Amino acid sequence: MGDVQRIFYYHVPSAWTAFLLFLINFVASVVFLIRRDTKADILALVTAEVGVVFCTVVMATGPIWARPVWGIWWAPTDIRLNSTLVLWLIYVSYLVLRRFSTSSKTASLAAALAVFGALDVPLVYFSIWFFRTQHPSPVIGGGGYLYPAMARALLINWAAFLCLAWLVCWTRYRLEVVTREVEEAQALESLLEGSR
Amino acid sequence: MSFFGITRTTLTKDVRLEWRSKDAINAMLFFSLLVVVIFSFSFDPTAEESRRIAGGLVWVAFLLAAIVALNQTWARELRNQVLDAYRVSPAPANALFLAKAFGNFIFVTVLEALMTPLFIVFYKLRALGPTWELLPIAALGTWALVVNGTFFAAISLRTRSREIMLPLLLFPISIPALLGMVNATTAILTGEGSARFWIALLVAYDVVFTIACLLLFETVLEAE
Repeated sequence: MGDVQRIFYYHVPSAWTAFLLFLINFVASVVFLIRRDTKADILALVTAEVGVVFCTVVMATGPIWARPVWGIWWAPTDIRLNSTLVLWLIYVSYLVLRRFSTSSKTASLAAALAVFGALDVPLVYFSIWFFRTQHPSPVIGGGGYLYPAMARALLINWAAFLCLAWLVCWTRYRLEVVTREVEEAQALESLLEGSR
Repeated sequence: MSFFGITRTTLTKDVRLEWRSKDAINAMLFFSLLVVVIFSFSFDPTAEESRRIAGGLVWVAFLLAAIVALNQTWARELRNQVLDAYRVSPAPANALFLAKAFGNFIFVTVLEALMTPLFIVFYKLRALGPTWELLPIAALGTWALVVNGTFFAAISLRTRSREIMLPLLLFPISIPALLGMVNATTAILTGEGSARFWIALLVAYDVVFTIACLLLFETVLEAE
C-alpha cells in the first residue's frame, strides 16, 4: 500500500476514541435525564464536542486514504463509513441545538436528542447493512493482516489519542464549570442591581 | 376526561380550526405542487430509469412538504400563551403530543395524496410489483417523519432560527427511515427485490421512536 497506509494509525484510533466519547455522552445524557445532575450535563457537552472533533478527523482521513487505495473518494455502500457519517451528523446537530437553544433547560433538550441519536445508531447500521446486500460493493482489494508489532504500534497510538482526548475533555470541563459560575454570578449581580 | 378523550378533543379542535381558516393547508398544497413541478423539470428520465429513481424523488418531495407542515405545528399554540395554559392544566403532555402527531399525519397524508397523482402523471409511473404494498409503506414512512418531526418541532420552539432547526435535527435521525421508505418504494416500482425487510425496518423505527417520543415529550414540553 505504501506510505498512505500510515493514515491507518490516525484514522483507527480517532474512530475508536470518537465512539468511546459518544458512548460516554449517551451515558451522561441518560444520567442527566434521571438525576438532573449538572456534572453529567457538562460531561455530556464536553464529550460531544471532543467526539465531533475526532469524528471529523475520521471522516477527513478516510477519503484521503481511500482515494489512492480504492480509487474512489467515497463508497456509498460501505457500512462503517456511512454509519460513522450519520453519527457525525447526529452529533453536529446536537452541538447546533446546544448553541442555538434559548431555553434555560437546554441540558434536558440536548439530553433527549442524545438519547434519540443513540437509539438511531443500531437502526442506521441495519438499514445500511441491508442496503449493501442489495447493491454491489466496490472492489476493495488487499487483505487486512496486521503484523503483531504494528498492532502494538496501533494500540500505543490509541493510548496516546486517549490521553489527548482526556486532556482536552478535562480542560474543557474546567472551562465550562468556570464559565457557568461566572454567568451565574453576573446574572445574580444584575438581578440585585435591578432591585436596588 | 380520559387520555384518548383529550387527544380526540385536541385533534378535532386543530382540524376544525384549520378547516375554517384553510390558510396553512392552502399554502402547503401549493408548495407541494411546486415541488413536484420543479422535480419534473430537474430530473427528466425515460420511463425505464424513472422507476428506479422515482422512489427517491417521491420521498424527498414528501420530506420537503412534511417539513413545511411540521414547522407550523406549534405556531398556533405560541400565540396567546396556549402552550403555557396546557402546561398548567392537569392534562397529560402525551395526549397533546399524540393529538399534534395525528394532526400532522393527516396533513402530510393529504399532501401526499395530492402529490402522488402528479408524480404518476409527470413520470409515467406504473408499479411492476404488488401495488397494494405501497399503502403500508406510505403510512409507516409518513408516521416515521411525523412522529419525530412533531417532537423536534417542540424542541426547536426553544431555539433561535426555529424554522431551520427542525430540518437540522430531523434529517440525521430520519436517515434509516428514509432509506427504508425509498428502497421499499423502489422495490415495489421496479418489481425487483422484496420490500419486506424495509417494511420491517420501518415498523421497528416507528415503534422505537414513538415510544421514545412518548417517554421524553414531557421533558421537552416543560423546558421553558
